[in-house]
This record gives sequence, structure tokens and C-alpha cells, in this order.
Amino acid sequence: MKILVAVKRVIDYNAKVRVKPDNSDVDLANIKMAMNPFCEIAVEEAVRLKESGIATEIVVASIGEKPCQEQIRSALALGADRGIHVETENTSDSLNVAKLLAKIAEREQIDLIILGKQAIDSDNNQTGQMLAALLNCSQGTFASKVCVENEKLLVTREIDGGLQTLSLTLPAVVTTDLRLNEPRYAALPNIMKAKRKPLQVLTPDELGVTLKQHTQLTSVAEPAKREQGVMVNSVDELIEKLKFEAKVI
Amino acid sequence: MAILVTAEHDNHTLKQSTLNTVSASTQLNDEIHVLVAGFNCQAVAEQAAKITGVSKVLYADSSVYEHQLAENIAALITELGNDYYYILAPATSNYKNILPRVAAKLDVTQLSDITAIVANDTFERPIYAGNAIATVKSLDPVKVITVRSSAFEEAAFSDSQNAEIIAVNALPETNLVAFVSEQVEQSDRPELSNANIIISGGRGLGSSENFALIEQLADQLGAAVGASRAAVDSGFVPNDKQVGQTGKIVAPQLYIAVGISGAIQHLAGMKDSKTIVAINKDEEAPIFSVADYGLVADLFEVIPELREKLP
Repeated sequence: MKILVAVKRVIDYNAKVRVKPDNSDVDLANIKMAMNPFCEIAVEEAVRLKESGIATEIVVASIGEKPCQEQIRSALALGADRGIHVETENTSDSLNVAKLLAKIAEREQIDLIILGKQAIDSDNNQTGQMLAALLNCSQGTFASKVCVENEKLLVTREIDGGLQTLSLTLPAVVTTDLRLNEPRYAALPNIMKAKRKPLQVLTPDELGVTLKQHTQLTSVAEPAKREQGVMVNSVDELIEKLKFEAKVI
Repeated sequence: MAILVTAEHDNHTLKQSTLNTVSASTQLNDEIHVLVAGFNCQAVAEQAAKITGVSKVLYADSSVYEHQLAENIAALITELGNDYYYILAPATSNYKNILPRVAAKLDVTQLSDITAIVANDTFERPIYAGNAIATVKSLDPVKVITVRSSAFEEAAFSDSQNAEIIAVNALPETNLVAFVSEQVEQSDRPELSNANIIISGGRGLGSSENFALIEQLADQLGAAVGASRAAVDSGFVPNDKQVGQTGKIVAPQLYIAVGISGAIQHLAGMKDSKTIVAINKDEEAPIFSVADYGLVADLFEVIPELREKLP
């Protein structure tokens, strides 16, 4: 089985987000960037499938400007075999990203594509589902367990109120939820080795994809601030506030 | 060319998130149709026909739609979608799974989790875990949108049926996917997404046994139970209880955070609650920055006292 993992370069999980003073966007200058946490889980799952002998090769792809090669190298250090970087500035619409990934999946004759369920910058939660639609294949989103049985992919999904298990025909798209696995850290020798693994750079043109602008960002604002609350000293005081001031119990 | 709202339901009952989505749709000033796709779900179609503001209910009843599999439902919505300018769905796990598939089939993008409608083609949506609010204009001919339920009022029901119910034929079932099983927790507690009161526990609870304290307090108040990611990661509760950026986004009348430090990812899921109470023994915990009422105390002393003194 050949696996494609898509990874996105985003603001570091712990970095503080600032809105630009002119409200045109968030300010990412001099901010620490990292692989999207859900993408780390996707890489880990692919590596585990390879370690268990199910996967034969892991291709990792990232769409974006040149620095996203760092995230491809991180994935290579974790165990992916080779990388594809599609160089473009235009990554704001998930559909464009899905179209590029679909082309890569077709070219590489991929059996399974694993992506994070959502990126922590745009919070869209849609690229994987769009990719499955474009490839006209099955999808197992928000996966908390993945296994292969009789040529089918059994995916347990996080749904409202519980879990659902589906049997997917391959090729398939899986998007990862938090509990799928706990990603490992890259060992230093593997980080060194990753520098020598192949990394191909392509353009959208080379993949035959014409990017389209679907949305326009009009402005970005800070969220409304909550008014400063008060500290209470006892349970009695809390209950009194809730009853007579907030009137919520 | 009207608005299509896809209904969230469990084949028996229409979920409240559908009402919030219809209410959002009324701001777009066009005729509103609701799609009810499921199996043996006539009761749902009848409920949908009573929602104020809805003029037509499209009703697709087939075993193909019993488990809401994205491959099947998205194909149906896509086929119907050609007749609409807007397709709106509640941003539930179910439609987060289905709707992007529809958007891609229609060659448009999706506007996820909108919290306000600025103009017919312009919407607000939170990004970066709610640390910024983006105003986004859609350039697509069809707007495919998921709606954050907590950001919109509920549409009301009228006493009698006011919308026509039109049966829609099911499409052939896909062979791409097969349903295997489902484990859904049976609980008498209200659902997180539409509870008036939510009691959430965090790492401070220490164990799943101790988490029962939260559940008992919730039952006493008729509240839903939530959790921080830390509590989920520690295995105290299942992931569907998680409130936060990547879990449920909630905005109840009263949110009580117990033993939750308040990572930005958690705050993203609850900071729009009307009244927030934080109980934590660490007075430096960031959760106090969004709390209306903060109590620095040991939760193992506070919860029993609350149980004793609350009605």
C-alpha cells in the first residue's frame, strides 16, 4: 500500500496570535511556525502502517511557499520516504489545495491519503473531504482508529455522542482526530538522514491545476473582549451571585 | 433559486442546530427549503415543515441515508444543490464530514463555521482558535456554508405545518463505503451543543473516578458534561465531551469550568458563554481571565459544598 500524507505549515500551537494594526490579516512576522498538530498525527499513523508491514512507501506533500519544506523534512525525519513540495503563494482556499493533492495522488497511484482533520490556523476542517470528493473515493474523517482487513480499511470515527466504524474501499482518504495516536519525536540520526531523502519541487502548472480564487479576505479583527469578572471568596458568595446577579440558576 | 438548509437529525427528532441554521438563513432574504434525508424519518420531515420561515421540505427517505454516510448524502445534496444559491448546514460533526464533499463536487469552496452574516456574500468566521475573526467574501456562484449554532438564535416552530413536504427519490447507494457499527452513548443529560448549563472538568479532577463528581453536579443542575482536552487526553472522558477549538464550540447560559487551567484552545470553545464560572486552586490559571466569577479553591471541597447548597 502506498500512502500520501499531506502536511501544513502553521503557527506554532503555543504561539500567540496577533491581528495586524490595519486589520488586513493576522501578523505572522517573526512568529514560530511548525507542522499542524493534526498533520503530525497523520504522519505518525502512516509510519505505524509502514512499520507494521502494511504500507510500502510514504510520500509526504506540502503546499505553500518555500519554508514549508521544513515541515516536509520534519515528516521525512519521522519516517516518510520522500517529499513533494508544490510551490505556490495561493493556499487560502482549501479547494485549490485539494485539487493539487488530488493530482499528486493520481500521479503517484496512491492507495491511502492521510491528512489532519483541521489546520489550527484557518480552522476549516474541509480539505480531506474535498480531496475525497475530487478523487471520487471513500472518506473516513475524524479517525480515532484505523486498521486494514481483507483489502478494506476499517476506520473508527469520532461522531457526536460516540463512535462510528466504517469499512472503506481503497483508495480512501482518512483525516485524523486527536486520539488516533501519540506522535513520536524525531531522533537526531533520523533528522540527519532526512536531509538526504528526495524532495521534489513542483508548480501548480506542472500538475496541470489552475488555481482559482474562491474567497476574498475583507478584514481580520480581534474578537470581542469579555468584561473583567470578579473573584468570589466562598461557595455561598458564588451561589448568591449566580442566583441574584447573573440570574442563571 | 432559494436557500437549501440540510437538517440535522437522528431519524426520529430534528436537532436544535437545524433551527439555528434556519434562523441564520432568514438573514439572506430568500425562500428557505429544508432537506431531510434519512431512513424512516417522516416524523423529522413533519417537524421541519413546522419551522417558521420554511416554505418547502424535501424529504428523502431510504435505507441508503440511514447512517448519514458522507458519500451518499453528499451525492444527494450535490444533485439538489444545482437549484440553489445557498446551501447551509449546521456545523455539527455530521455536516463537517458531509458538506465539504458537496462543495468540491460543485467546484466551490466552503465557508466553515460562520458566526455572522455581514452581507449576502460576506460572512464572519473565527480563525486561529477564535483569536481572530475573519470577514470573508465568497466569490463563488453557490455559497456552501456551515453555521456555528451558538452564534444564531433558534427559529421557532409554528403550531401547524406551514411548508409543503415533497418526496425526493434516493440516489443509488455507493459501493465505496459500508457501515459497520456505531457506539452512541445513551444519556438522559442534555447534549453539549444545546445545553443551558454546562459543567466541564479538566486535568484537576485527576481520574475518571473523580470525574463522576462533575457528572453528579451536572445531574443535580440538569446540565451537560464537558471536558478540556487535557481531561480527554488523560482518558477521564470520551473525546466527544471535549470543549474547544477542535472539539465542541458551546455558548450556554452558564458554563462552570472545574479544574481547567484554560488553554487558548479550550477558551476558543466556550468564551462566548453568557456567564462563566471558574473554580481552580491555581489563582494564576488563565481560565480566570474569561470568568465572570472566579473561585480559587480545592475542587474536591467545592463540589460537595455546591451539591449540598444548590437546589
